[in-house]
Amino acid sequence: MTDAQPSYVLLRHRDIPTINQLDVYKANGGFAAFEKVVKTMQPGAVVDVVKASGLRGRGGAGFPTGMKWSFIDNKAFPHYVVANADESEPGTFKDREIMESNPFQFLEGLAICAFAVQANAAYVYLRGEFWQVAKILDQKIADMEAAGLLGDNLFGTKYSLRLYTHLGAGAYICGEETAMLESLEGKMGQPRLRPPFPPAVGLYGKPTIVNNVETLTNVPPILDKGADWFRTYGTPKSPGVKIFSLSGCVNKPGNYELPLGTTFRDLIYKYGGGVPGDRKVKAIMPAGASSSLIVATEQALDTAMDYESVPSVGAQLGSASVIVVDESISIDWLLNKTLHFFKHESCGKCTPCREGTYWMMHIAERIHHHEGTPEDVELLRTVAGQIKGKCFCALGEFSIEAVLTGLERFPEDFRIAVEARK
Amino acid sequence: MTKMINLKIDGQSVSVPEGVLVVDAAKQIGIDIPVFCYHPKMEPVGMCRMCLVEVGRPMIDRATGQPVLEADGSPKIAMGPKMETACTTPVSEGMVVVGMSDKVQAARKDVVEFILTSHPLDCPICDKGGECPLQNLTMAHGAGESRFLYNEKTHMEKHVPLGDLIYLDRERCIQCARCVRFQADVADDPVIGFFNRGRYLEIATFSDPGFDSYFSGNTTDICPVGALTTADFRFGARPWELRATASVCAQCPVGCNITFNVRREARSNGQVVIKRVMPRQNESVNEIWICDKGRFAYQYTETPERVTQPMLRKNGELVPASWDEALDAAAGKFKNDLLALVSGRLSNEDLYNIQQLAQGVGGKAALYTEMAGGDLVAQFGLSSGSNLQTLGKGSAILVVASDLEEEAPIWWLRVKQAAERGATLIVANARPTKTDQSAAHIIRYAYGQETATLQAFAKALGLKGAPEAAVSAEIKAAAEIFAKAENAIVVYGSDGIGLVGTQALAQSAAQLLHATNHTGKANSGLLAVWQRANDQGAWELGLRPEVNLETALQAAKALYIAGANPAGDSPALAAAIKASGAFVVVQDLYLSETAKLADVVLPAQAYTEREGSFTSGERRVQRFFPAVDIHGQARADYTIAAQLGQRLGLTLEGVIPGRVLAKVAAAVPAFKALGANPYRKLAETEAQWPIMGRSDLFYGGTSYENSQGLGYHLALAAHSGGHTWPKVEAEALAAGAMLAVPVTVLYDRGETVLPSTLLQAHIPGPFVCLNPEEATRLRLKGAGGELRKALVELNNAEVLADVRLDETIPVGVVLVPRSMGLPISAPTSAKLRAAERVSA
Repeated sequence: MTDAQPSYVLLRHRDIPTINQLDVYKANGGFAAFEKVVKTMQPGAVVDVVKASGLRGRGGAGFPTGMKWSFIDNKAFPHYVVANADESEPGTFKDREIMESNPFQFLEGLAICAFAVQANAAYVYLRGEFWQVAKILDQKIADMEAAGLLGDNLFGTKYSLRLYTHLGAGAYICGEETAMLESLEGKMGQPRLRPPFPPAVGLYGKPTIVNNVETLTNVPPILDKGADWFRTYGTPKSPGVKIFSLSGCVNKPGNYELPLGTTFRDLIYKYGGGVPGDRKVKAIMPAGASSSLIVATEQALDTAMDYESVPSVGAQLGSASVIVVDESISIDWLLNKTLHFFKHESCGKCTPCREGTYWMMHIAERIHHHEGTPEDVELLRTVAGQIKGKCFCALGEFSIEAVLTGLERFPEDFRIAVEARK
Repeated sequence: MTKMINLKIDGQSVSVPEGVLVVDAAKQIGIDIPVFCYHPKMEPVGMCRMCLVEVGRPMIDRATGQPVLEADGSPKIAMGPKMETACTTPVSEGMVVVGMSDKVQAARKDVVEFILTSHPLDCPICDKGGECPLQNLTMAHGAGESRFLYNEKTHMEKHVPLGDLIYLDRERCIQCARCVRFQADVADDPVIGFFNRGRYLEIATFSDPGFDSYFSGNTTDICPVGALTTADFRFGARPWELRATASVCAQCPVGCNITFNVRREARSNGQVVIKRVMPRQNESVNEIWICDKGRFAYQYTETPERVTQPMLRKNGELVPASWDEALDAAAGKFKNDLLALVSGRLSNEDLYNIQQLAQGVGGKAALYTEMAGGDLVAQFGLSSGSNLQTLGKGSAILVVASDLEEEAPIWWLRVKQAAERGATLIVANARPTKTDQSAAHIIRYAYGQETATLQAFAKALGLKGAPEAAVSAEIKAAAEIFAKAENAIVVYGSDGIGLVGTQALAQSAAQLLHATNHTGKANSGLLAVWQRANDQGAWELGLRPEVNLETALQAAKALYIAGANPAGDSPALAAAIKASGAFVVVQDLYLSETAKLADVVLPAQAYTEREGSFTSGERRVQRFFPAVDIHGQARADYTIAAQLGQRLGLTLEGVIPGRVLAKVAAAVPAFKALGANPYRKLAETEAQWPIMGRSDLFYGGTSYENSQGLGYHLALAAHSGGHTWPKVEAEALAAGAMLAVPVTVLYDRGETVLPSTLLQAHIPGPFVCLNPEEATRLRLKGAGGELRKALVELNNAEVLADVRLDETIPVGVVLVPRSMGLPISAPTSAKLRAAERVSA
């Protein structure tokens, strides 16, 4: 627990280590919100509270959660809710901690969402490597069923709900919501054409709400304590707290639950313990491998981490998986890493991503291994530019963020790399 | 009335129905938006990104909801921030599409460059070279030189047999998924799919045997690169060396329009030979698809077993003779006791001339068929304006006694598609078939109850004179939908029934259609799934089967058998021919079992060597054209008949087949509108959608455009009326026997299939199929579950056959496939016993 934070909103297990036990969770106010909404509220009223809270999607896009819920098509039933627990963005490890240590708050948020959009079945889609997390959640779901928190006629009402976990097979693309739905249906994980969006045509062709684990974990306290309470954290346009997954060149990497609007400097130095060897921060990737590279100027370090401020330094907050790059790292090495990742994870559905990530990876590899020429640097820039705006989904579009900003903002590294050509 | 949408594409205004995609709207005004993954016959997926265009939409003032106007009063257009895929974007009012901008042109160049990065560029040895969408679009939009390092290309397997008919080159594949989507969405055989990820995404088959589908060949037409090729055309020729000849498939009554691609080549001794069979667009018949039998079974016309010169029996031996000798010998025996036996393998012109010849000498011509009811189809069948493609909501299709995919695959496809569009499909059959998958109502009956089932429909509807019949709830529900449907079609086949059964079934179906007011109009009526291409044509010309062929053959003093092989099909018929002592003249492609009994053998031309016309089951008369050189001295059937007639003082047209059809038009009312120049009428075409086979092969694939004629739908014959509901007697079984019923399988051992070297692996040996319970009872199944061959005793023959088990077959019944080496033409008794001991 840090001194800036009297108590946790999301990582409550850091205050109450046994909150992963149902009785402890309940003794600390757990499931009161769920019971309240099911017994006393209309689904629309629940959506209104979430809208009023200003909660925005924590998966990366930052879309207003309440508004997404209100898009559910009420002419077609059944409805589904799917919790996106694919957490595959390199540098992102916040959902895992929630699910491992504070699982009931997440599951309660999922249940409240299901009630709000009148779904009677909800799924937790976990990346394949999370099989242990899935085991935990299965046990917690069984606990909830035994305690009458899931099943038919909940709290004496006509509402019924069941939760299921589903493991993917280890594909980054399945974090993309429509690819996840395909995978959940048992098909190959490739994104679907949008529109129609999942709230209109989702799982099994039915209206579906897809939310990130962290987003849903925010929901019980919002319903418990109200939208105004939630807005006491963060900024007016980015209210609430956020779990920042801090990694890279820092002394104390890990998850930090802080109000949105906290500066990079505070995260890295105040909480993260600074950079090893007191080296200088060179660049920041605020959204994992999908990030643009922020040049770590003093002004950039003082930038508030919220959805509105980060673009002012040429990047997006995304999933707030902050990777710190210090001066010992050359950017050509970094791009070689991210491009190997995207080349490996491209699903292959659309041409620019399938061929472009493969091509960029080869060029970046040449440059990094001192086999590249100045022309290769230009080619890398051109190929990335060729991909831009042509991809089927965001994976391909994000694969070039680090490339374009890296080439633009750190040209020196590439000059050195090609000049070192043997 | 569909709402029309107005938009502008590259400055040209176009008005198209709501819901049309931008790429199709452009196509309609002659603007090509390049595509790889999009295909007009399938749902768009937007994967290849080749069709990116700039799209603008009228700006709407958020406050007033009114369009924002420019100074000149025209609506202000807001161009989208990103390019959109024309294949997934539906048109909208006032839309502006830009495909000619530098941005779009650059995007096309970019996408082509991406696709080529891992493409092997082996065009010089690629079968698709010359008709390759990727090659063409590279020429149109590509950069001209590669910036991708050659040694960074992915190398993948180049010769992957997906099945034995289709080969995959994984390097050439551009992952457009056209083939995967065709198999899943069009053919409903989802047996291929993607495997792996990213650059290593590859097509794989997961059926056993591989690529197990009757429609697999179509994937090679729509493949936009040389990734999928057929086993026959692979490395066989270059597209630009080929001549294209329009034709009609002769394998079944659908009458798929096809193109023979032929080439004169040294490796075939300087002969013109067929290099491949391609579909030819006819949206009313086969759209742009054909089945694999139509594509791969053509080799029967080219086998070395063809008879190439006339033969005469001298001293008990068939010896070569001159045409004059042979014709003189045959004509000398044709008198009023002549029985001419012909089949639907022959063209309208052949059938007419032989019929005229037989009648001219006072004899008789009969149709060799195991199915009846063509006279009723002529009265109550489909007429002008009918097109299964237009059936949808409000229509009903009743498929009875047919395993439609086996009997006529493209009809199965079209019926399935009609069901997808909302038509109510009712399937009545004694056993499950693939058609059931699309059916709204499935009615099961016992073999022998085909007619009774249709009569139960009549009973359920309270039709006048309907005989007593048991009406199930399912029949009642189906009958009511059938009766209320705006259009209704009864498709009847020969699953489990022969001549007598189909006659009764056709009669009942005709009655049902007539009583429910589903006759005499387009898209309604009776459709027979014949076993041969021109059976319906034969019926329209007045040819009828002999009810008891055995007796008729025995009684004949002279036999003229053309395009039929009764002795090969049935030992009983062979015996009858031998017993008759008749003078036998056989006219065929091969020295068939029947020809071996002949006194005169006359070599006929294959239909690929000459002109003519077939009448499809839907009653559409369609032309075929000479594609290859004539084999030896063979002559066209109609010519031979005319030359025989000449010797008998009859004037028959023997040179110009169009004139024969003109005579038919003059003589047969249904053909009347064909007039004095029928072939010209048959050659008429009209615009079809989607536009196929022009310079834009990337759009629809390599199916041929139809520029040689869409055919002519025959008028309905006046109906005789006063039919009664037929009564069907149950087949009396011999003591201890099972009921053997004839069924059709697509790849059989018939003479037009067996010679195909391509299909060898798909053509089984003689087999029967029965319930596992029966197999156990008959000790055909050993203790370990191993199956023994069975000795099948039926129709005075004993045949060794493989045993297949199918628990959907009723107990007491054994399915006997036609043309598979077991003599069967109608339900009969059969006895089975194990052929060998099962080792313990």
